[in-house]
Amino acid sequence: MMPYYKFDYFGVDFGLVIAFIIGIGFGFALERGGFGNARILAAQFYFYNMRVLKVMFSAIVTAMLGLFYFSWAGWLDLSLVYNGNTYILPQVLGGFILGIGFVIGGYCPGTSVVSTSTGRTDGMVYLLGIFFGIFVFGEVFPLIENFYSSTDMGKVTLPEFLGLSHGMVVFLVVVLALGAFAAAEWAERILAKKNGRGVE
Amino acid sequence: MAHDKKNYKPKPYSNPYLTGVALGIVLLVAFLVMGRGLGASGAISSFVAVGVEKVAPEHAAKNNFYQEYLGDGTTNPLKNWLVFEIIGVMVGGFLSGSLAHRIKRTTEKGPNVSVRLRLVYAFAGGTIMGFGAKLARGCTSGLALTGGALLSVGGWAFMFAVFGGGYAAAYFVRRQWL
Repeated sequence: MMPYYKFDYFGVDFGLVIAFIIGIGFGFALERGGFGNARILAAQFYFYNMRVLKVMFSAIVTAMLGLFYFSWAGWLDLSLVYNGNTYILPQVLGGFILGIGFVIGGYCPGTSVVSTSTGRTDGMVYLLGIFFGIFVFGEVFPLIENFYSSTDMGKVTLPEFLGLSHGMVVFLVVVLALGAFAAAEWAERILAKKNGRGVE
Repeated sequence: MAHDKKNYKPKPYSNPYLTGVALGIVLLVAFLVMGRGLGASGAISSFVAVGVEKVAPEHAAKNNFYQEYLGDGTTNPLKNWLVFEIIGVMVGGFLSGSLAHRIKRTTEKGPNVSVRLRLVYAFAGGTIMGFGAKLARGCTSGLALTGGALLSVGGWAFMFAVFGGGYAAAYFVRRQWL
């Protein structure tokens, strides 16, 4: 029965080995997708290269379908997969701030690590910035602790929130992703023509 | 043989949909084997918390944020799943980059901005993102990707907010990229 770790197939130390191996896969995929390059990532916000959206949504749909089918087949106890609580206001505000940092700096934390290991100076400087930003957050944490812990909605998922079945939400997300892919291809074609710029 | 001459030009990036499916499979394996998803900012938080504790142990002891990453003192806070994962990310990125001849000492930027200004923006952006990621309890990997696949309400709300923040600020920094 999966997840294997939760059913004690192996211990903490072997889990760290798996963490390292999974990390290699993660870093490899990010680099293949061009996510070690800030110009590709930032292009998402000017609509001329929509790789961020395409990669993110295909990854989410793939993992989501996998979880759904493994759990439906009875091989996976989905309730044992860790899913954090929703704190809606701090998460929406944090996401908005993070998005601003994304377009100013050109990376997110995971991609800046790949950018660093492939030799990009801006990735290294960005990574230092994240250390500093987290340090600043830690220092002001006592002042914002109340807001940070506010609007706790518990471990709420979209099926529960919308009152729909798991399968129905999975289907809607797939439809949403296909629509987003079509819109992304269309935006790239229009803007490539307008700017005389390729989609790289 | 002449046609065996090695070609060191960087190879083009892979198809985004195939890359996404591969990334999704890595994420799915993490769910199935470990019962948890991917992450990045959490590992950096562990390093920051350990650093603060080394310099100012009493200060760190009074702060709930640092304490969350330092734990109860029975295990080393760096002996942590995300720390090992992020070291793997570094190795995996390097492997992929070297196989495709994309390892290069350079600064990625648009044509109309100096390297120095680009690095100032990079540091500022990193700082803002570090702060935002902690406020939201995760970043693009830990919350948008992982929470998205788990259909977490917070993960999806966060993801739309990230795109919202990015598009809202894009106009003001367009000179850096376009």
